[in-house]
Amino acid sequence: MAVGALPPAGPTATAGPLPARRPPRRAGWRRRWPLAPALLWLVVLTQLPFVFTVLFSFQSRNLLRPGAERWVGLANYANVFTDTVFRAALLTEIELTVLAVAIAMALGTALALLLDRRFPGRGVARTLLISPFLVMPAVAGLLWKTAMFDPVFGLVNVAASWAGVQGTDFTSRFPVASVVTVLVWQWTPFMMLIVLAGLRSQPADTLEAARVDGAGPWATFRWITLPYLRRYIELGVLLGVIHLVNTFDVIYMMTQGGPGTRTTNLPYYIYQRAFLGFDVGQSSALGVVTVAGTLVAAALALRLLFTAFTGVRAGDR
Amino acid sequence: MRSPAAFRPPLRRRFGPWLWTTVTWVVTAVFFFPVLWMALTAFKTEADAYTTSPTVVFSPTLEQFRAVFAEGVGPYLGNSALAAGASTAVVLLLATPAAYALSIRPVRRWRDVLFFFLSTKMLPVVAAIIPVYLAARGLGALDSIGTLIVLYTAMNLPVAVWMLRSFFLEIPREVLEAARVDGATTRQEVMWVLLPMVAPGLAATALICVIFSWNEFFLALNLTSVRSATMPVFLVGFITSEGLYWARLAAAATLACLPVLLMGWLAQRQLARGLSMGAVK
Repeated sequence: MAVGALPPAGPTATAGPLPARRPPRRAGWRRRWPLAPALLWLVVLTQLPFVFTVLFSFQSRNLLRPGAERWVGLANYANVFTDTVFRAALLTEIELTVLAVAIAMALGTALALLLDRRFPGRGVARTLLISPFLVMPAVAGLLWKTAMFDPVFGLVNVAASWAGVQGTDFTSRFPVASVVTVLVWQWTPFMMLIVLAGLRSQPADTLEAARVDGAGPWATFRWITLPYLRRYIELGVLLGVIHLVNTFDVIYMMTQGGPGTRTTNLPYYIYQRAFLGFDVGQSSALGVVTVAGTLVAAALALRLLFTAFTGVRAGDR
Repeated sequence: MRSPAAFRPPLRRRFGPWLWTTVTWVVTAVFFFPVLWMALTAFKTEADAYTTSPTVVFSPTLEQFRAVFAEGVGPYLGNSALAAGASTAVVLLLATPAAYALSIRPVRRWRDVLFFFLSTKMLPVVAAIIPVYLAARGLGALDSIGTLIVLYTAMNLPVAVWMLRSFFLEIPREVLEAARVDGATTRQEVMWVLLPMVAPGLAATALICVIFSWNEFFLALNLTSVRSATMPVFLVGFITSEGLYWARLAAAATLACLPVLLMGWLAQRQLARGLSMGAVK
């Protein structure tokens, strides 16, 4: 796991756990009890509900017809996989997540490199740059929809009118691009912070050695910095994927999943089925499929990155 | 190290830094601009805000903020503050002992426990929302701040455990050993050695938790309605306004963002660490 693999969090960090003399049974419990409340809290509020979600997913259950619950086996899952809206939502989900994470990471890395230099006002620039990530996501959706993309007075349209293009309704003509823009705007600072932390921790003597050996800035970046940043980039991508598969606020505020179902991703679709359609059984099956998908996506994101980077390494030799 | 007298750095070397600095500032301006524009618009009249040629020069007014408060934004802000503050307090209460048991005096399978905490963050909230909603309805706990506090605690607990653990691990082992040699009991060790040393870490963790719960929307939208709705739910009313109330929306949005912006700016040194659950510094 990337998170555990990073040195500061790993077991070898400064203090480290004290030597684990195998504790006698009573001491074992003395060690364990501080964990109990936190574990209990999480099990009751995350694992237990998920167990019920799995149970509901085998039932026909609708909030509008209480008392009419019955077991239907895999019928809900059969419906999920024949549901064209689900398939579209799944594709949208992948599209939004991959585009947002990839673009945010590329921009974030570039920004981190820019900020890793000495220049006047660096602290101010950094403070301003992290701001989009701090903006409440619900606000970010509304802000871009209203102030930036509005066909009449949105600033993007004002800028476009200088170029002779008038009154484009971005959120309905380019819905996916609009949503991705907002997600990238919010997540670039996050990626920047993670990569910047990586750049800061880079050992100075390695860079110095590269310079002495006559490596130019580009070669240094390509062959020393980038491989060094690898696990920071992996970590950023992993955390980005985990958060962005849950994208809901921006879509709700900006496009309501539309036009049609163009920007309906899985969370938004489940929300619609559960809270607007009251179909508990069906939306539970969707939820279970989403969890499975998320786990696969997180694992895949790691694997893909790993391959990409080992490819780089192979070219090195 | 002096080069021959005629040595001058090539043009690229001399102008390169200025070029990159300019690029940095331009990009920074682009990224920050929407936030700035929102804050500016909050001080405009609707007439100034709703124009096809953006108004840059205008006489600032507090009219919109007054209007937003007249519409009753106060209780929403209060609910947000209560949900964020109380859940953060509970998170710290639960996470500090847990982080202790995963770092200073680790339980036998601390690695597994640590990854269990992480794995709950990978569970999409949509996978749990239906049973949570039904349970809250069954217990008569819909539209209650208490429900939000309980759920936000669960949402932030894994982050806090990971982050606090990374702070605990930074305490030099010698300090703890010295305390033990001097005959400190576990309680004394925790109260007088550990807690004072991780106090900055506790503060940073608290800020991260407050930020996440203040900005949370999905649970608040589905589990609250009138009495305990939070700030993002207040903004839902602006979705269909089609720009007619853009200035008022900007005022409400500024109020919604300001606390977190200020806290994030203050805590920026710790932000990367919090966002990566303590993995990077």
